Amino acid sequence: MEYGFTTAAYVVAAVLFILSLGGLSGQESAKRAVWYGIAGMALAVAATLMGPGYGNWLVSLVMIAVGGAIGWVVAQRVQMTEMPQLVAAMHSLVGLAAVFIGYNTEIEMAGIAALQAAGNADALAALSGFAQKIAEKSASEIAILKIETFLGVFIGAVTFTGSVIAYGKLAGKVDGKATKLPGGHMLNAGAALLSLILLVMYFNGAGTWALIIMTLAAFFIGYHLIMGIGGADMPVVVSMLNSYSGWAAAAIGFSLSNDLLIVVGALVGSSGAILSYIMCKAMNRSFISVILGGFGGTTGPAMEVTGEQIAIDTDGVAAALNEADSIIIIPGYGMAVAQAQQSVSELTRKLRAKGKEVRFAIHPVAGRLPGHMNVLLAEAKVPYDIVLEMDEINEDFPSTDVAIVIGSNDIVNPAAQEDPNSPIAGMPVLECWKAKQVFVSKRGQGTGYSGIENPLFYKENTRMFYGDAKKSLDALLPLID
Amino acid sequence: MKIGALKEIFEGENRVAMTPDSALQMVKLGHRCCIEAGAGAKAGFADALYAAAGVEVLKNAKAVIEAADVLVKVRGPEEKEAKLLRQGQTLISFFWPAQNEALLKLVADRGATVVAMDMVPRISRAQKMDALSSMANIAGYRAVIEAGNNFGRFFTGQVTAAGKVPPAKVLIVGAGVAGLAAIGTSVSLGAIVHAFDVRPEVAEQIESMGASFVYLEFDPSELPDGAATGGYAAPSTPEFQAKQLAKFRELAPEMDIVITTALIPGRPAPKLWTKDMVAMMKPGSVIVDLAAERGGNCDLTIADEKIVTENGVTIVGYTDFPSRMAAQASTLYSTNIRHMLTDLTPKKDGVIVHNMEDDVIRGATVAHQGAVTFPPPAPKVAAIAAAKPKEKVKEPTPEERRAAEAAAFKAETRTQVGMLVIGGVLILLAGLFTPASFMSHFIVFVLSCFVGFQVIWNVSHSLHTPLMAVTNAISSIIILGALMQIGSGNWLVIILAALSVFMAGINIFGGFMVTRRMLAMFQKS
Repeated sequence: MEYGFTTAAYVVAAVLFILSLGGLSGQESAKRAVWYGIAGMALAVAATLMGPGYGNWLVSLVMIAVGGAIGWVVAQRVQMTEMPQLVAAMHSLVGLAAVFIGYNTEIEMAGIAALQAAGNADALAALSGFAQKIAEKSASEIAILKIETFLGVFIGAVTFTGSVIAYGKLAGKVDGKATKLPGGHMLNAGAALLSLILLVMYFNGAGTWALIIMTLAAFFIGYHLIMGIGGADMPVVVSMLNSYSGWAAAAIGFSLSNDLLIVVGALVGSSGAILSYIMCKAMNRSFISVILGGFGGTTGPAMEVTGEQIAIDTDGVAAALNEADSIIIIPGYGMAVAQAQQSVSELTRKLRAKGKEVRFAIHPVAGRLPGHMNVLLAEAKVPYDIVLEMDEINEDFPSTDVAIVIGSNDIVNPAAQEDPNSPIAGMPVLECWKAKQVFVSKRGQGTGYSGIENPLFYKENTRMFYGDAKKSLDALLPLID
Repeated sequence: MKIGALKEIFEGENRVAMTPDSALQMVKLGHRCCIEAGAGAKAGFADALYAAAGVEVLKNAKAVIEAADVLVKVRGPEEKEAKLLRQGQTLISFFWPAQNEALLKLVADRGATVVAMDMVPRISRAQKMDALSSMANIAGYRAVIEAGNNFGRFFTGQVTAAGKVPPAKVLIVGAGVAGLAAIGTSVSLGAIVHAFDVRPEVAEQIESMGASFVYLEFDPSELPDGAATGGYAAPSTPEFQAKQLAKFRELAPEMDIVITTALIPGRPAPKLWTKDMVAMMKPGSVIVDLAAERGGNCDLTIADEKIVTENGVTIVGYTDFPSRMAAQASTLYSTNIRHMLTDLTPKKDGVIVHNMEDDVIRGATVAHQGAVTFPPPAPKVAAIAAAKPKEKVKEPTPEERRAAEAAAFKAETRTQVGMLVIGGVLILLAGLFTPASFMSHFIVFVLSCFVGFQVIWNVSHSLHTPLMAVTNAISSIIILGALMQIGSGNWLVIILAALSVFMAGINIFGGFMVTRRMLAMFQKS
């Protein structure tokens, strides 16, 4: 079929993808938006399959079918709490695919260059499809193509190892703490510099070996970069990798002269970049300092925390809940770990049935993935109109009877506002301590993921409700009458 | 221990310090209870009800005093009761030790312990035994009801077929517990309520109850810090008082109902509603003076009486509002007493431990082990944290604001133009050195980035995880690249391309499926 038809199909697909992302502005329209995305993808694949110079139908279809089946099964089986890991794992696939495609381009280029050098006009004329396109390129176009391929492979490789490490950290298979090899950022900078030198050499005619060494360097950067970022920053990491996978697709699009790849890559890339920006803003951290890893910039000793943590038993919490009229629940990663969202939902249902006002306050970086808590609560059938963002609900804490903190720590840390020397000073937090009473459901007395002492636990109106969140809540449920 | 409740002998007192409910709770603390016959009758608790709750009903006061280790009462003891107290016995009741020094001495000499419910310190932990507040709450409610009883019109405004009725205008002076209760009650009856207090920090509480705060123009430095006096009002300066009275004069002709609740601890009630203000009021208006017992806030108030002035204004000076709602008052008061006993019985084993180290118990105990322990030392915990000096936020003038906006606009324009110029120059430079075919793709790329930025900002916060899943799914558009290469003649290319197709395939199906699963879960209540 003609190029014109393929391009037209690509335009339609691009519009569908944009609509798909735009539709996510509301819960209801989002359900339609996914179908736009699916339709766009189907159209794009079909148009390419039917496009000019296409071959090996059978292999492609089998591969799509097998891959699709695996994807389908995984998607059906995954627990909602495992969503961060899944997303990270999928990013690694895109990254690796980008690396492979880049290599293919290089292989084709090398083959054609050899043919051209040999003056084998027949063989050149017999080329078809992608190889034919390369063969038609002028010298300067080939030079650009080399840069594009190089970039595509580089970004793809960083995305691949980065996502694998992120997956490991999120799944608990790699230690979540920020660790760096001796040399720290210098190693990353060195590897990046090496890649740059290799780019120049590759551009000037160095062979495939330059590409291979660069790939290894990029693998290292991806690995080391993500190893150096601590667990609390994981939402930023995941969205950043999301962004990278988009840029990788865009770079590959350039090298293949495929506009749809460029469009979609750019959409995904900018989407991930904005998400990372939103996350960083929510933590009052600069993007650079998150990327380079670790909390930094403290200027003095942290404020002394005085007082003691006062524990409370299930009866006490139940009595307070039975008397309260307005309740705000603040879920965090601890709720996800304990798989307590169903119990939270049941508690909410019971309290609402008694005519109490129950709402949820979600901090932008609660959990390990942007919007993680919303998804968990939705899974447990908590209606989304009582799930509010930080800015919507922060004002309401003073008029709230009971705030329940379930497995969150840094996002409710008053030190962010009270202690200018705190590592999280200036980070917007949920001001739950302004509620008349605060219950904190927590496993033990230790500090949270970021290792910062939380003065909330020592406040006069705070009571610690120790124990596994799910078990505590299940014990609480029968006492609510 | 045995807890005994006496019948109140004060004229007109209807309350009782123990109810069948509170007795049941005290039994849970390990105590036994007894009560004088007929003690609860006026509050609506018959002897049979007590007996059914396991309370021993004794025929007279003497029997109760002899049997009980702890006596509970509402009013402080009369002299003849005090003389019956014995060594080691505890009395829990209102006592007003500052006004009843002789009586306190007498009780202390007899070796009895007195826990004065009116001396419970005002700290958060002790709120559950703060009988003054629970009684003031009742007084505030009842004051409105009494006012309504004497007021010939509706509280709420109505438009009826028989004509239009304007809403009643109510002024509450003093927004303590009683004042706030009065505000709540009159607002819920539909009146237009104004309220005044010398403590500007209560304006928020007043407004939260639905009344409007009557503002005075004055310098805050003229006022004492309300927090320093444990949350009660302190005497104000003459200048301030003059302004206050002027404001009241302005309001007096408009008001239908005035409820005054202003008290300063340990002093006679301040005179806030003068004779001439009463004279200015409309006939049929009602004044309820909750401070009547301490001389009244109104010049014309006569304690325990209701009078009607020459110009037809009713002034209610009752001092026994809680007693007029004896059932409710007894329930609340007996609960306060029960909470006090809970603190006195820390192990819930029926053994009273009079821990004089405890701020609340120490504060309320005015006589112990033969000695007068009044006044208590200052509590270790301040009742209310001293107010931090408020930072003044300067309201910018309209000119300043406009200037600031203009400056912000200019700065924004400058950065935007700067970015555009730099970006434009870079792209032009790139265009000089790259072939046209690249530039045509580059346009697509830049425009897509712009579209992406515009679209993603609108994505709802709660949908960020689905957004990631969807972008992840569509980033497997990279499958197109692999599909384009799979037709190659080179076997290595075919293998790599096939692997890429395989991986992208996982991604496409997995990503979209997971997104659908997530979105299907979002539901409205």
